[in-house]
Amino acid sequence: MRSFFTLLAILVFTISPTGKANAKPTLTIYTYDSFTADWGPGPSIKKAFEQTCNCNLKWVAIADGVALLNRLKLEGSSTKADIVLGLDTNLVVEAKATNLFEPADITVPSSKISRHWSDKTFIAYDYAPFAVIWDREKMKNPPTSLQQLVDGPAEQKIILQDPRTSTPGLGFLIWMKTVYGDKAEAAWQKLSKRILTVTPGWSEAYSLFTKGEAPMVLSYVTSPAYHMIAEKTDRYAATEFAEGHYLQIEVAGLVKSGKNKPLARKFLQFMVSPAFQDHIPTKNWMFPAGNTDKPLPKEFGKLISPQKLHLRDPKTVAKNRKSWIAEWLRATSK
Amino acid sequence: MNTQRAELIPRLAGFSALSFIAVITFGAFIALATKATKGFAFSQIITDTYLGQIITFTLWQATLSTVLSIGLAIPTARAFARQTSFPGRTTLLKLFALPLALPALVGVLAILGLWGKSGWINQLTGDLLDFSIFGLPGILIAHVFFNLPLATRLFLTSLERIPQENWRLASQLQMPPRSIFKFIEWPVLKAVLPGIFTLVFMLCLTSFTIVLTLGGGPASTTLEVAIYQSLRFDFDPGRAVTLALIQLAITVILLTVSFRFTKTLPDINSLKPTDPRPQTGTPVARIIDAVFIISAGCFVALPLLALVIDGLTSDLAKLLFLAAVWKAILTSFILALSAAILCLILCWAMLKAITDQNSSYAGLVSFASSAILVMPAIVLGSGWFILLLNFGDVFSFAPALVIIINALMALPFAHRILAPALAQAQHKHHRLTASLGISGWARWRLIDFPVLKKPLLLAFAFAMALSLGDLGVIALFGSEQITTLPLLLFKSLGSYRTHDAQGLALLLAIACLFILYAAEKVSSKKSTKC
Repeated sequence: MRSFFTLLAILVFTISPTGKANAKPTLTIYTYDSFTADWGPGPSIKKAFEQTCNCNLKWVAIADGVALLNRLKLEGSSTKADIVLGLDTNLVVEAKATNLFEPADITVPSSKISRHWSDKTFIAYDYAPFAVIWDREKMKNPPTSLQQLVDGPAEQKIILQDPRTSTPGLGFLIWMKTVYGDKAEAAWQKLSKRILTVTPGWSEAYSLFTKGEAPMVLSYVTSPAYHMIAEKTDRYAATEFAEGHYLQIEVAGLVKSGKNKPLARKFLQFMVSPAFQDHIPTKNWMFPAGNTDKPLPKEFGKLISPQKLHLRDPKTVAKNRKSWIAEWLRATSK
Repeated sequence: MNTQRAELIPRLAGFSALSFIAVITFGAFIALATKATKGFAFSQIITDTYLGQIITFTLWQATLSTVLSIGLAIPTARAFARQTSFPGRTTLLKLFALPLALPALVGVLAILGLWGKSGWINQLTGDLLDFSIFGLPGILIAHVFFNLPLATRLFLTSLERIPQENWRLASQLQMPPRSIFKFIEWPVLKAVLPGIFTLVFMLCLTSFTIVLTLGGGPASTTLEVAIYQSLRFDFDPGRAVTLALIQLAITVILLTVSFRFTKTLPDINSLKPTDPRPQTGTPVARIIDAVFIISAGCFVALPLLALVIDGLTSDLAKLLFLAAVWKAILTSFILALSAAILCLILCWAMLKAITDQNSSYAGLVSFASSAILVMPAIVLGSGWFILLLNFGDVFSFAPALVIIINALMALPFAHRILAPALAQAQHKHHRLTASLGISGWARWRLIDFPVLKKPLLLAFAFAMALSLGDLGVIALFGSEQITTLPLLLFKSLGSYRTHDAQGLALLLAIACLFILYAAEKVSSKKSTKC
């Protein structure tokens, strides 16, 4: 028994984060875990910022955007976070309701998405419209509108994510609602015969898709760029939908209880600058929300750029989310 | 005096272990309940028709999955018990412990390698069959894939403890296979059946990724999903607690019923219980055994083969040169090893306190070591998060929490392996040790360990494999500092890196096989003391 506790103690001391005595201030940023992965933008951004700030940047990785918000709710004002990076716009109403954030108070250069998003508290750092990605080896004529997706043949299936557990799933639910309004329930009923399955998160859906289980999956306009750049294949593509595409915008906010707000503001300003934005396209596989120094890789030029983009007011989403999910359940769980 | 003291220590240890489990589980519940801002909405929950539908479906799929898994596991285990020496037997049995260690999603992808749209069966048959397993069939296949091998191994450990004398008697009486089954095998199987049945049932009851991913739509949802949802987007701890209590209530009923049916083990008095069974059987029996072994073997091994082949297409060399991969492997091993040690200590402490007189205590132990399975990791995790917030940086507690929760999650498995073995040993040696006055370390070294070495190491290997593949707990507490192999795998999948994930899945499987191999090596080493 004692030897176990000794082992435990050793373990706790060896792999727990050690707070080294250090004169430099530390900036703690909560984000989702794929952001901080070795191949993600986290490590290079940390390096770039630390070169300019005379500080330590500490990433705290939490599963995903939703878990991030929940972590914050659990911690309340005792949170260690100076900045939370990685919420999506559908979460900002709830994030504001926690009263844990304050306006960032920085100057945001105008960009492609400024007209869709200009919040004082939550600053956009990247975005991508959702899109149906299809597999050239598995189908010939992909749908070119949401209508065609809904009405298309039942043999050609799509894999979706559950709006109760994942942000792309929620995004697609709002997309359907935005296009179909009152007729959304009927549309879901029709679509349900084309749904192969509804997975808990994006990873499960996309893995099934690349495994060849279905010719279509809900993902992002930017997804084909990964396959073109990293795998040198144009097997997977997106087509533009006539009704327009729903936008996912990822944002970051300044935490009110943070110990070092000037430094946190400096980071947010850095976040919208090229030194940060340059790492977004090929490491987070999203469109940079601000200007970059390097031009986007040429493969990004082959991606579709939807003319019409939708983004519902977060307040509307927060108010109706539950009833929309109930409607979706009624229509698809028959 | 001496015997009284000897009884007291195990009782205290057993009581401490039970209290520890109670504190971990109920602590989380209470902490979460204090955060319930919107009330517990009990009346709203019981009138919710969709929820009723979920509960019905949850129970339905769990029952079907369990009956299928157990129904096939019994003849399979019997076949393995009868055919003691065919080539590949030990390898196959090691493979049977592998699904246990696979995160659900990895298992699902492996299954699709065989059964999927682009899987081998569909490829071989061309467009002839063109079937899709999504829906109830997919859920059942996946649950049988995960649970049939588990149940087979558990049944087999019991069958292999049937003493030599019985076989001698059976051959003297020239018993036909049917009588052997009725008089020798079935009494043993029957004794462990309720425990294994409830274990598999609970695993299917709380299935989450499998049911959602293969279920084909929100009609296939389990209560676990509803609990998860209420803590995620809704952040409604009150509702989560209520739903988790409903799930617990279902389990309590089930366990109570199963405890009713739990028979004490048949009276076995043998000095050499581990002697191999003589290979017997008519040609017909051999053919039947072969059918079960080959089909169960293919059912389990082919998806694993698909996993290996996928893994080999990844750039393994590149992965093996990444510091992050080695760090993850090391972290996984340290965490899993600690969890397995803690699990065995708890299990041993609880089981040692069982004597012939206190059967209600035995019931409590079997309940305590099972109920943890139906505590959703997200409930345990969030509850402890809230509790530990008051004591400083939660991240510094993370490794300890991961170890503790994983140890508790492995308890039901360890309990199913150890309880029958220990009961048998206890029964056999009780009078001997009492009369000789052997207790404590001497008893452990001279009496318990030599006989129980095999089940102990098996329980240890199972607990370690299970913790090695854990994703539910580590996903809540993992961080940059503590990344395990499954977490790294899931991160890779989350960033399009399917090939890396396939390579990591292969590494995970190899790590698990290594543990099982090592456990077997140690347990088959002849002890010089005996």
